[in-house]
Amino acid sequence: MESYYKPEHLPRFGEIAEGNKDLADAFFAYYNKVFQDGALTAREKALIALAVAHTVQCPYCIEAYSAASLEAGADLEQMTEAVHVATAIRGGASLVHGVQMLDHVKKVMM
Amino acid sequence: MSFIPLELVHEDGSTETIDGPQTTTSLHYRRAPLAEPAEQLARLDAVPIEGGPTGTGRFEADLAASGWPDLRPATLEIFQINLGKLCNMTCRHCHVDAGPDRMEENMDRATVEACLRAIDRSGVHTVDLTGGAPELNPHFAYLVDACVERGKHVIDRCNLTILTTRRFRHLPEWFAERGVEVVCSLPHYRRLGTDAQRGEGTYARSIEALRRLNEAGYGQGDPRRPLTLVTNPVGAFLAGNQASLEAEWKEALARHHGVTFDRLLALNNMPISRYLEWLLEKGQVEAYMERLVNAFNPATIAGLMCRNTLSVSWDGRLFDCDFNQMLELEARLPGHPRPHVADFDPEVWQRHTIRTARHCYGCTAGAGSSCGGAIA
Repeated sequence: MESYYKPEHLPRFGEIAEGNKDLADAFFAYYNKVFQDGALTAREKALIALAVAHTVQCPYCIEAYSAASLEAGADLEQMTEAVHVATAIRGGASLVHGVQMLDHVKKVMM
Repeated sequence: MSFIPLELVHEDGSTETIDGPQTTTSLHYRRAPLAEPAEQLARLDAVPIEGGPTGTGRFEADLAASGWPDLRPATLEIFQINLGKLCNMTCRHCHVDAGPDRMEENMDRATVEACLRAIDRSGVHTVDLTGGAPELNPHFAYLVDACVERGKHVIDRCNLTILTTRRFRHLPEWFAERGVEVVCSLPHYRRLGTDAQRGEGTYARSIEALRRLNEAGYGQGDPRRPLTLVTNPVGAFLAGNQASLEAEWKEALARHHGVTFDRLLALNNMPISRYLEWLLEKGQVEAYMERLVNAFNPATIAGLMCRNTLSVSWDGRLFDCDFNQMLELEARLPGHPRPHVADFDPEVWQRHTIRTARHCYGCTAGAGSSCGGAIA
């Protein structure tokens, strides 16, 4: 079946250098540095990436950071909690706008 | 699930069932075709492989392309004895196909004596005891004492749960008196992954055993009481960065359980025996082999354990590593068509070429993997 998303695109990510090698090199160097152990551990960063992947709903990122989280020593319970953090922020972001709605309603209602 | 209880008779005549967690039964017990090493090797050879330095999927070719046309030993440092396949546990990923049903394959006293004579000829500094659960061998205590008397560093590769049984509860203090390094399997610092791989209840008993080891002085930075943990992935992925994992494990085990240890080794799973069975059941064997081959790292070759370790089986045969032992790939020692520990000659060993096959990609992937942990 035809689809905009193709799993084989993930291992081909590096081919993006074809149009501009300098920018790709700079991006991947930065990207790899971001995920090294720092003030946050590689496991914590992988879990943040997993949560963000669910927020931006990127199937490539979800595949990559499910694997990366496991390799970095996370387990299913930790990964599920990370996804719930993304979900809570997404839901909360909608719900907190309800206060705007409330103000609009109060302006026009008796 | 059916299993065979493992009964031991105490000196007072009472018996004790040495039970242990399990996630499966042995391939041997089920008479599964995959119990045969030839079947395992055939399954690995059938995997189409395109990655790696040569793209051939031939480990020898990838070694040669990396500047190692002939894999030769370095200095012999470690004498590793697999005392038998008997174990109180039956873990999902076991490369030995160990379990409580493996009663026959256990080293006898004559072979233990032959090992000690070979150790004296070998010049090794370390004797590494593995299994199965090596503690279940009736000559275990004798062998440990004989090695300690010889001034050797002794390693016990321990499944932890055995230390919570009545028969073996004394071992932490007994090991501490002798300065034995305890190298323990614990796949994850949390319960979920640990019990998934090693069986329900493993985690709780492992933590209890670690507490007992801590009480005996292990895992507090004392070089005479070194406590090492070994993690291997609970699934079809590679081991993470050893140093990074060690820091997290130390913090998490101390915070959750007040347990301390000295060192963490992160190993890859070898695609053989029961781990291979699991990969086949999951339809993951091709993806896992691809992952291993694509992660082939030439920087790991010099430090491979087969270059400084001799592996002896329960019946005294000689191998280049414990994985080759399980695949029945005997060491090719010149002039010794059936190499046996009784005839061990370090000079001949020094000149031999190490035997390799496709499973060896498990040791050269990523940061590398050996009984001593990451390599590169």
